[in-house]
Amino acid sequence: MGSKLAFSDVVNQKHHRRSDLGAFEHTYKAEITSIHRLTDLENLYRIKIIDAAERERFEFQPGQFLMLELPGIGEAPFSISSSPSRRGDVELCIRNAGSLTSFLSRVERGTHVGLRGPFGTSFPMEKMHGQNILLIAGGLGIAPLRAPIAHVQENRSRFNNVDIIYGTKDPAHLLFTYQYDMWRADDIRLSVIVDKADAAWTGRVGMITKILEEMFAERGDAFFQNTCAIICGPPVMFKFVCNMLNTKDVPMQKMFVSLERRMHCGMGKCCRCNVGSTYTCLSGPVFDYWTVMNLKEAI
Amino acid sequence: MIFRIIKKTELEKLFNVLSDENRIIGPVEVGRDQDSQAIYGFRDVADFRQLALDYTTTSLPAKKYFLPYKEDMATFRIDGKDWQKTVDYNIDAPFVFFGMHACDINALNKLDKVLMGSVYPMPYYAAKRQNAFIIGIDCEPQTYCFCRSMGADTVLHGFDMFITDLGNRYFVEIQSDTAYNLLKKVRAEEPLESDHVEYMHVISEKKKKFTAQVDTTDLTKILDMEFQSDVWKQWGEKCLGCGTCANVCPTCYCYSIEENVRIDLKAANKNKILYSCNLIDFAEVAGGHNFRPERHSRLKYRYYHKHRGFVEAYEESLCVGCGRCGEACLADITVPEVISSVRGETS
Repeated sequence: MGSKLAFSDVVNQKHHRRSDLGAFEHTYKAEITSIHRLTDLENLYRIKIIDAAERERFEFQPGQFLMLELPGIGEAPFSISSSPSRRGDVELCIRNAGSLTSFLSRVERGTHVGLRGPFGTSFPMEKMHGQNILLIAGGLGIAPLRAPIAHVQENRSRFNNVDIIYGTKDPAHLLFTYQYDMWRADDIRLSVIVDKADAAWTGRVGMITKILEEMFAERGDAFFQNTCAIICGPPVMFKFVCNMLNTKDVPMQKMFVSLERRMHCGMGKCCRCNVGSTYTCLSGPVFDYWTVMNLKEAI
Repeated sequence: MIFRIIKKTELEKLFNVLSDENRIIGPVEVGRDQDSQAIYGFRDVADFRQLALDYTTTSLPAKKYFLPYKEDMATFRIDGKDWQKTVDYNIDAPFVFFGMHACDINALNKLDKVLMGSVYPMPYYAAKRQNAFIIGIDCEPQTYCFCRSMGADTVLHGFDMFITDLGNRYFVEIQSDTAYNLLKKVRAEEPLESDHVEYMHVISEKKKKFTAQVDTTDLTKILDMEFQSDVWKQWGEKCLGCGTCANVCPTCYCYSIEENVRIDLKAANKNKILYSCNLIDFAEVAGGHNFRPERHSRLKYRYYHKHRGFVEAYEESLCVGCGRCGEACLADITVPEVISSVRGETS
């Protein structure tokens, strides 16, 4: 009777472009070109997209993240730690903390991984031009901050005072120590503080908030009203730091945090990164503090 | 809108026309519970007489045909340090859904918004959804149905045709050209004014049969105001954190990814498994931090997503009021009771 239903090729549906649908599970095949051991837990992986044309097209903004996949092992989100202007490869700072990352800590140079993305919102660096920049990182929170730091270094004349406050549990967990002199050479004031000193440590001991308090005393209120802040660290840190900055009237729309959540898709489908009434992968990971204030239990 | 009237016997003809060359899925009686009440489920149907068109609610929703509980998103061939990835949307032919209630079609419409209408349309879902020919059918409100409160007791789109029982005939609403052409193969007539009157009578009678309801007035605000309320803890005490509610929910779409390597290390697959925000590790990140370690906070977030977050994004709730979660819940937690307690209406 000829009642067989016609198969509608989904990519020809009028409201989908072929590229939209294809993008969903599109993986850039990439090669780990170098593995730099930063601490006993963290490595810095340099990863290069293999296809030259894909590599040429690949772009990202500071603060965005990638989904990195090892076929058969797993896939997880990682914020990009290298400069967006650096074409050709990306750097991911990864802590050995779960099953995928423990496997990653054992792979060799030359291993092929899958990359999806970049996903998520970014730090609006252009809007910060002409202002003071305050970057505050706790522990592994320095990883997503390394991209905006690189942007600041490359465009140093566009920003006023630039400060980095970086705190970790102990000196052994400090990341990117080899870069501190380069940051300082670019007129960035770096304050490092550790929670627990070891025998060799001669620097500051305490919490990040201690440095922030000193900064408050040293610089006038007007300074903070012209300051943009970028903050990333463990959940407990956000609340203290953001509240402190808020007392100094740093505009809430100029305070940016990068949140971490579990993710399985990066595209607002798996719901795992649900925060308040939205998703970290679509509306974040970079949120301004005003938005965060309106999201229940975001920080 | 185009309407037709078909005799009841014509529906069987329509079924036979379709089943000649297509896979048909429909409601059937799959068993009896301890009170010898029928249990219904969606199954592949070969014979019209297997269909239970007067079914109440299926225990499991229709979503498994659109969002399978377990699905391969990709497969890999592995060769040393290198690999090749293959993506398949896992559908090879269109299929027919014969007899879906308004709430379940509304549920698909809600899923469409997330899975087809946003920045990253999901081809696995879209391929199945757009290749389903859906025949909707009217229903009899049950004690647990609160679809009317959620605006899901009638459905405006998202199906090919919708049939309403007028006793000795069906009133048919046609929404697609496929359905229009199909109806040419059976005896379908233009409805008369008396059919319209009869149809309106049937729906107004149906309206009177709803007993359960949920007051959604200002619910987004109330959920924010009562975020720290103790009622969540009370429900959390009852909740077993088993995820059954998400399993039976026609609009729950969250998932987990599991990757497996074949034992010879030459192949792997990326498996998508539907999940539940009530399960303990839902929001746990690497390193062990869990953003929602307590049952009450996970239960709260489930309500928060459905009745707050989704409303903010799409101006409608991610709940169709089918009542399956309440019926299936081992701890007897139902949506109308939870919402009314959050609103401070003691029961």
